[in-house]
Amino acid sequence: MSSRPLLKFAIVLIWAFILLFPMLGIEEDRFVWDRVLKVMAVITAAGMLVLVYHYFLKGLSLRPKVFDEASTKFRPPRRLLIGLGVAGVLALPWIADNYGRDIAINVLIYIALGLGLNIVVGLAGLLDLGYIAFYAVGAYTYALLNTNFGVPFWLALPVGCVISAGVGAFIGYPTLKMRGDYLAIVTLGFGEIIRIVLNNWDKVTKGPNGILGIKAPGLFYPVVENGSIEFAHLYLKNLIWMYYLILAIAVLIMLAVYRLNTSRIGRAWMAVREDETAAELTGIHTTRMKLYAYMLGAIFAGFAGAFFAAKVRYVNPSSFIFLESALVLCIVVLGGMGSIPGIIIGAAAIIVLPEMFRGLALYRMAAFGGAMTAMMVFRPEGLLPAKRKAQEVEMERETATIP
Amino acid sequence: MEVFFQQIINGLTLGSIYALIALGYTMVYGIIQLINFAHGEIFTAGGYIGVIVLSFMQARGVLDTHPFLGLFLAFVLAMIYCAFLAVALETVAYRPLRRASRLSLLLSALGMSIFLSNGMMLSQGVYDKAYPHFFTSGGFKVGGVIVTNMQVFIIIGSVLLMVGLNLFVNRTRLGKAMRSTAQDRVMSAILGINANKTIVTTFVIGAVLAAAAGVMVGLYYGSVRFDMGFIPGIKAFSAAVLGGIGNLTGAMLGGMIIGMVEIFAAGYLASEYKDVFAFIILILVLYFRPTGIMGEQVDDTRV
Repeated sequence: MSSRPLLKFAIVLIWAFILLFPMLGIEEDRFVWDRVLKVMAVITAAGMLVLVYHYFLKGLSLRPKVFDEASTKFRPPRRLLIGLGVAGVLALPWIADNYGRDIAINVLIYIALGLGLNIVVGLAGLLDLGYIAFYAVGAYTYALLNTNFGVPFWLALPVGCVISAGVGAFIGYPTLKMRGDYLAIVTLGFGEIIRIVLNNWDKVTKGPNGILGIKAPGLFYPVVENGSIEFAHLYLKNLIWMYYLILAIAVLIMLAVYRLNTSRIGRAWMAVREDETAAELTGIHTTRMKLYAYMLGAIFAGFAGAFFAAKVRYVNPSSFIFLESALVLCIVVLGGMGSIPGIIIGAAAIIVLPEMFRGLALYRMAAFGGAMTAMMVFRPEGLLPAKRKAQEVEMERETATIP
Repeated sequence: MEVFFQQIINGLTLGSIYALIALGYTMVYGIIQLINFAHGEIFTAGGYIGVIVLSFMQARGVLDTHPFLGLFLAFVLAMIYCAFLAVALETVAYRPLRRASRLSLLLSALGMSIFLSNGMMLSQGVYDKAYPHFFTSGGFKVGGVIVTNMQVFIIIGSVLLMVGLNLFVNRTRLGKAMRSTAQDRVMSAILGINANKTIVTTFVIGAVLAAAAGVMVGLYYGSVRFDMGFIPGIKAFSAAVLGGIGNLTGAMLGGMIIGMVEIFAAGYLASEYKDVFAFIILILVLYFRPTGIMGEQVDDTRV
């Protein structure tokens, strides 16, 4: 038993004290100890657990070292699992209460956003830190068209997508020459520009007050009345209807991304991601491919944005801050870049986790930030990495052993 | 014309602060290719330590008798604190990800940024924390242009720090190690340069400069807030990119440009759109010079 972990533990404690004491322990000219001691106690307890693990439990194997797939006796057939999953997703709004439905809708919105950003970041390898701007464009397009001209949701949806795609191309175009992190800061800048404009262009966007009175999507359905068929109109205000609507949008996007993944364009994106120069030499029109990635990502975000405006029926600029872009990026990376199931899991984690921390009230965001770092440190390749990506990592490992 | 010169003085002050923060971004980026999102929070922490030290001394009555000692202590303690904070960040959140993809590293930094800013909110409160104003008020006039003592102090202080940084990077062994590691980490390691030590040094230097900037901002604007690091952080990073990331002179130049653009846009065009102009300049410069003003050709490293 070496004493190194103990030494480390002591250093961590001293270090934590140095960092915590000035922030927590000084009020004007008095020293207040109780807050410092409380936090230090928590850190000490956590450290003790790690020490106990290190000294006593590490040697014990809690699970078999080599996971033998054949040894798992019962595996329910794949179809059954998928069927159960689909049934669960379809039945969800009838089981859950309004709070649960709301969270489920949010998860689906973020799945749509994550899938869209995945095209830009995961497939084409363009780091976009201002993705939420397209979401804002979609939301404001529907909000403005609906409140000013009474345009219904179903008409505003394609218009919003076209405008989002236009903005995507507009932002994408000047950044085509840039590489790596230059791109990141420019997209971040564009995102901020759009938010600031929304915040200050009082005449059109009503500034920070936002736009109220957006109509929910409507639906005409036929009714037989006095022997003739009439069309009645129904606003889909109910959260159950909204759930099915966003579910349909998310599934549509999922299918599109699934098809794109293996399509010619999808492979071209991956080629651009891996080596732009080589991709160009093999005849891929790299500028056009990058523009496509931007526009398609923007379209999906526009979809999600229009839906968001229709669901909340109120938009204001504070829904489109940088933190949201960061969240979506987190979904893409957390889930494992480029994998659809990964993004679903990632979106669920990112939306549900803070809800679970709700009991912690004020500590919620701090806990979330800490959890984000911890997840990256312990699973840097994401929860469910895409198969192709996993193969690459495997190959890198193999080649890395050869000097 | 007087207004014009007044704006130049204001722009120089703001530009120096941005330049100090931008240096931290650019050095960290140069050495481990990470946009250190938590850098803005280090800057905020510096501001908080400054206000804590100064109010402590004021409450004990020391500040009135020894104002310069108070100022000195505020800066030195803030720098030491931020150095400790940066080392902790590097060890906890960045070192384990040294071999992971750059996106994971970036998100780890983002997580730390959220964690730190909320941690400061929890410990220091949601509201602005006011600096004791003891020598923030004085000033003098040069031909109709008002120059406050604080502005002179900020500009001279920043210049001294930047000269010091340049001497450190160019003249000392550790500075040489930093430059070498930034250029080729593997080769430097083979030649016997301790990469971890060098990277930690880089973080510490960046944090020291950010701490100084934090105290300066607190003194200049009179208060600090838990989320004040975000916008200056983004702008300082823009400044670093504008100058050509990884390039120290570029970061200083970029900081000055962003500061000037912001002040002039606020003065002559529309103050609510000042941030927009800063970003537009950034985008325009990068459009015509994709690697920044002083930047060299970047390699193809992608996310």
